[in-house]
Amino acid sequence: MKSSRRKFLKIAGVSALGLGAKPVLDVLASSGEHEATSTPEIKKGKDALTAKRWAMVVDTRKIESEEDLKPIIEACHKIHNVPDLENKNHEIKWIWAEEFQHGFSTQEYEFADERVKHLPFLTLCNHCENAACVRVCPTKATFKREDGIVLMDFHRCIGCRFCMAACPYGSRSFNFRDPRPFIKETNPEFPTRTKGVVEKCNFCAERLAVGKLPACVEASNGVLTFGDLDDPESEVRKLLKTNYAIRRKPALGAGPSVFYII
Amino acid sequence: MLEKALTGSKRYYGWMAALLAVISVGFVCYLWQFRFGLGITGMSRDVSWGFYIAQFTFLVGVAASAVMVVLPYYLHNYKAFGKITILGEFLAVASVTMCILFIFVDLGQPIRVMNVLLHPTPNSILFWDMIVLNGYLFLNIVISWKVLESERNNVAPAHWLKVLSYISIPWAVSIHTVTAFLYCGLPGRGFWLTAILAPRFLSSAFAAGPALLILLCMIVRKFTKFDPGKEQIQSLAKVVAYAISVNVFFFLCEVFVVFYSQIPEHMDHLTYLFVGLHGKGVLVPWMWASMILMVVSIILLVNPVTRKNETVLVAACITVFVSTWIDKGLGMISGGFVPNPLHHVNEYIPTVPEVLIAIGIWAIGFLILTALFKIGVTIKEEIAGLA
Amino acid sequence: MTNNKKIYDKGMVIIGLCIFVVVITFPFWFNFGNAAPAPEPKIADKAKAAKECVRPKAFMKVEHMQILNEWRDTVVRDAKRIYVNSSGKEFNMSLTNTCLDCHTEKAEFCDKCHDYASVSPYCWECHIDPKETK
Repeated sequence: MKSSRRKFLKIAGVSALGLGAKPVLDVLASSGEHEATSTPEIKKGKDALTAKRWAMVVDTRKIESEEDLKPIIEACHKIHNVPDLENKNHEIKWIWAEEFQHGFSTQEYEFADERVKHLPFLTLCNHCENAACVRVCPTKATFKREDGIVLMDFHRCIGCRFCMAACPYGSRSFNFRDPRPFIKETNPEFPTRTKGVVEKCNFCAERLAVGKLPACVEASNGVLTFGDLDDPESEVRKLLKTNYAIRRKPALGAGPSVFYII
Repeated sequence: MLEKALTGSKRYYGWMAALLAVISVGFVCYLWQFRFGLGITGMSRDVSWGFYIAQFTFLVGVAASAVMVVLPYYLHNYKAFGKITILGEFLAVASVTMCILFIFVDLGQPIRVMNVLLHPTPNSILFWDMIVLNGYLFLNIVISWKVLESERNNVAPAHWLKVLSYISIPWAVSIHTVTAFLYCGLPGRGFWLTAILAPRFLSSAFAAGPALLILLCMIVRKFTKFDPGKEQIQSLAKVVAYAISVNVFFFLCEVFVVFYSQIPEHMDHLTYLFVGLHGKGVLVPWMWASMILMVVSIILLVNPVTRKNETVLVAACITVFVSTWIDKGLGMISGGFVPNPLHHVNEYIPTVPEVLIAIGIWAIGFLILTALFKIGVTIKEEIAGLA
Repeated sequence: MTNNKKIYDKGMVIIGLCIFVVVITFPFWFNFGNAAPAPEPKIADKAKAAKECVRPKAFMKVEHMQILNEWRDTVVRDAKRIYVNSSGKEFNMSLTNTCLDCHTEKAEFCDKCHDYASVSPYCWECHIDPKETK
């Protein structure tokens, strides 16, 4: 915001003169642009993967111990420059392991299969169909894309943490301090975050844009499957058709896009 | 009229200087927080709102309670309150200012705060909170200032002021309703997910605010020549008595629904607050103290003998203020976050710099309040020919 | 209220006004004649070899921040990452991976001018200068 005089003018104008002055300011602002003869075009990359509604299926039958999840979690956290903070209060995580009683806190029962009871479940942002975090964000910093991904615009986040209160899955982390000193190995291709903003899993939007599957899926050895929930022929739909899968806290009506085959 | 705030006794200057000293300590702590981030507070990934937002919530209530003097005066023509409406409105101005400051210091990226206007988002309750709070601040500044001015010049207040005063009545209710909606519309937070949250907020507000106003009236009477009046104080005391009773009743309704239904996600939070959960219960003594104090204050305030005794009344008002502050300023926010949605119990305890920043904002509020009361009272003294 | 136009403590008021004017204009007369020469950003070899930026140099000089803002919004919010300029050349819209890939000397190219103009865009709190991580 600091570098944008145009936006500053807009704010000043709107607050001082009211909305009536906006068209005038737009004219003033556009007069500063010396347009080239042919207007540049902005488009999607030709390799970009697209879908109506991206979803993920976690096949927990293929998981034996926390060891199986480590490479998955590491792959994500490494490419996204997720810091490793010793202070539990300031912890930042995009994808992590939880026991059934925590991940599925409303569905636990004492007679459950011992395997399921102690199995680590991968938990991450559910990219809900009806996401509470999107609803409460006062700046549209959290928004829902056309392909179903619930994304964060770190540039716009004011750090009010309303989204953290709204998320029923505890999927969001806040940068309580500058994360950079806590990133062991920085991936220069992906930005870090700054202090004071919220962050979470982005379903690897930056990888989908260049035709790659999410990093966790790639590293998962078949545990994770990613695809279009809207396409009956997609891998995720095939899995959901032939296996019974559950979602976290279905009664809340959020409509998570992450499914678990038990 | 502003010049009245610049002259005063040594005691007045001393008090203002002391407040400024407290404010500067808070300000230095805020600069530290600004540089380092919210990591200097006790907030965490699990309890992501803490002391700041709790103070904000409590003070919205104090601000809204101005309606308890404005409404009887303007709607029911209860003349006695005409003498003190200005004090109620000034209290609202100071409280809303504190509310706005508490939200501001809670932001992770305060320099981006204008994004809320640049990208207005009506589906966010925070957007509406911004509108109602600023609107309420504006209404109260204009109304109180112009009414005082016309009183000073011995003319009838302009007609449009009456219109604004009528608007300010539902507006006061709206600020605390919208504030409750911030919390009670969130899925997966069982403690707040209750339709009675806004009524509960209002009832505790109409107890805490007028209780504070009674104490302020008594301070004014003691230190100045302006007497807000015995009748006024007694009428306010009745408001406090019934508001605090209703507040306890609403709370008990909550307790019934939660524990009779036996739904774990709703029970866990109250269990955490009142008996502790998984061995953790830092707020347990506070919550019981709050409940006991509320009951004590009901006994003292509903009984006319004790209520009419002003020494007892002072004690009762302090009791109401402290108990509602614990309820909202300590328990209401962190109680909603513990246990977290994944049923982990991570407690929250504010840190020293966090508390100092909060005290600094309270001091700013009292500085504004003192200056405004000084202006108001000096002019009232002048009119009465006492100065 | 009386309406005579006498200023009380006239002398003090005027002295006070003078001090105020002097203090408020301090930066102007203190720096008078000492203006630092405008720095010339150093164009890295790779950028020189490429000859042309995404838009003409004159445009970039004045409007690079607008372009970056536009890129930021379209990449993050519209999932569109490819910029086709007027001569049909395609670019991946990325500050670190495209801009700094050519303009390899951030300190000499970006910071020098920003410091001179006394602007401190906080892009770099998140976006990485590949040089610094090596």
